[in-house]
Amino acid sequence: MTGKEFYIENFNTFQMKLNGQSESFLNEIRKEAMDRLSELEFPTNRNEEWKYTDVSPILKHNFIPAVNTTIPEFTKEEIKKFLFHNFDYHLLVFVNGFFSSELSIISQLPKGVVVGSLKKISKEDPELISRYVNKISKIENAFNALNTAYILDGLVVIVPDGIAVEKPIQVLYLNTSENELVLSLPRNLIIAGKNSQVSVIANYSGFGDKLYFNNITTEIFVDEYAVVDLCKVQSENENSYHIEKVQAQQKKNSLFNHYNVTFGGAIVRNDINSLLDGENTETHYYGLYMANGKQHVDNHTFIDHAKPNCMSNELYKGILDDNSRGVFNGKIIVRQDAQKTNAYQQNKTILLSKSATIDTKPQLEIFADDVKCSHGATVGHLDEISEFYIRSRGVPQELAKSMLIRAFANDVIETIKIEPLKEQINHMIFDHLHRVEIENEK
Amino acid sequence: MLSIKDLHANVEGKEILKGINLEIKAGEVHAIMGPNGSGKSTLANVLTGNKSYEVTGGGVLFDGKNLLELDTETRARQGMFLAFQYPVEIPGISNATFLKTALNEIRKYKGEAELTPKQFLEKIKEKAKILGLDETLISRYVNVGFSGGEKKRNEIFQMLMLEPKFVLLDETDSGLDIDALRIVSDGVNVYKNGKNAFLVITHYQRLLNYIQPDFVHVLYKGRIIKSGGKELALELEEKGYDWIKTEEVETENA
Repeated sequence: MTGKEFYIENFNTFQMKLNGQSESFLNEIRKEAMDRLSELEFPTNRNEEWKYTDVSPILKHNFIPAVNTTIPEFTKEEIKKFLFHNFDYHLLVFVNGFFSSELSIISQLPKGVVVGSLKKISKEDPELISRYVNKISKIENAFNALNTAYILDGLVVIVPDGIAVEKPIQVLYLNTSENELVLSLPRNLIIAGKNSQVSVIANYSGFGDKLYFNNITTEIFVDEYAVVDLCKVQSENENSYHIEKVQAQQKKNSLFNHYNVTFGGAIVRNDINSLLDGENTETHYYGLYMANGKQHVDNHTFIDHAKPNCMSNELYKGILDDNSRGVFNGKIIVRQDAQKTNAYQQNKTILLSKSATIDTKPQLEIFADDVKCSHGATVGHLDEISEFYIRSRGVPQELAKSMLIRAFANDVIETIKIEPLKEQINHMIFDHLHRVEIENEK
Repeated sequence: MLSIKDLHANVEGKEILKGINLEIKAGEVHAIMGPNGSGKSTLANVLTGNKSYEVTGGGVLFDGKNLLELDTETRARQGMFLAFQYPVEIPGISNATFLKTALNEIRKYKGEAELTPKQFLEKIKEKAKILGLDETLISRYVNVGFSGGEKKRNEIFQMLMLEPKFVLLDETDSGLDIDALRIVSDGVNVYKNGKNAFLVITHYQRLLNYIQPDFVHVLYKGRIIKSGGKELALELEEKGYDWIKTEEVETENA
């Protein structure tokens, strides 16, 4: 029994565990998704959307959904090193996708703001959650169906109209396999009411070096005049698999900034989608992916310009070393109604070794006639003349290279608004490069 | 300080330097002049260890040590500095980071303590003043959006900050208007003392009105074919290079 059958079998164990809640609205969603999962097959390279990403290594293993495992316990001391620090934040910690109230620190929030665990809040206020959950994101593939079939816990942020949450919300998703191979299935929901503001840092980290699989769905609703920043920094362990689908829906005059920084994972796939469902919206996607060894990082973005006068801007940069492989697919649809659209997209990649590769593909479909759209992709190596220039001032070669790589990443990193977070990501870039050096020396 | 003996070098398999001999002592300013393609920039690149240039013969001693077996950064840490003909733009790295990193690497090599932020800032202020530079330059990316003159001035600023022993100026005068030329030359003249030395590579005599050379050498087809005092530069300015070329041909035929 492998793959799909295994997850279906596990679903029955999960259902038995639910006693008392099997009639909840979430369980209706689960059953529907399980039906979809039975119909769907996991994608193969024959599927255009998965042409360059082979998920068969993931399907070879039977990962046990975290709900059917024992969730490991961590102390506050143990999780400290995974956190971004030196600024004020609310902290939510999820271990293998399950909320830990002991490790989380949520201080005073403005009136009406709901921040916490999906599992808890859906019990306390099912009406509130049922209004949004599974309404924004549709199941598009078996991974989405799998996440939805086990929908149980994850991040919930609901900000009422007119409220600004001043402190950013740092969410640590700590994943680990102990005795069995674990499948984490966080389900995240971020709802920003009219004219509200909120900033979330999604910090995905791995503990230990055992294989696990993290399959995430994040739904985001940005109502009129609202501002949402979501900064994802992914440092899963190097053996793990990480798949996330982000689906955002924006109403008129809203602003959504998505930052996507990838360091970890053996196979990584991000689908970052925004539906611009109102006039005068603004959307920014910033991505940085660093890969080495045999890492495979696939970023698929999709910006759906459905209404006029919207602006989207996308900048994705990659630094690929060793035998790593990158994939970038940037899809932009400008629908017939979406006149006066401005849509910009850029993907730049540096290859640090001869065997690193990138497949980059812009995909623009424009049905309106009065629009400004541009896209560009570059693939190159570190500039030798710049390296010589830096070295000629006394800087050793490795440091000169690191400086140039840092410089390359700079226009993505400098867009991050939280200064200490920016600095810590810069350090992570250096550490990541340093890790490569150490591995090469072995 | 620098002793070049029968130096030969290739670029992309083609021999450019065909036996250079040159002795430079502390406190001296040497100028190398020559028409385009004579090998002036090749000499500068070979001396700083650019890997695109292959040394095929001869040797260079820098303070008695074999310069050619050192990598670029070690040469720099031992006091070699090249003011580039085409300073490189590096978006994403500020002048401050660039200079602080370089300065501290050089200090580390010499066994000196790193500068404190305050010391670094004071040094910046002091050196910027000499060149009449706007201090805000320090937070801008290295050479990005700089005019030709600003780039050259930035090279001299780096020289003042890093305090090298031996300075190569590679066509530092090219593309400079008279005011910029004066500022750049002032920077060099302020820095010049009995302990350091300069090799000024130039196509035109103009720069040598501001930076007075002790010796002038004419480089032609990869060889120094004539050496003299600063009056040689004036003669070249007046008569061009042709008379030396003829002289050279005559010598070769003799």
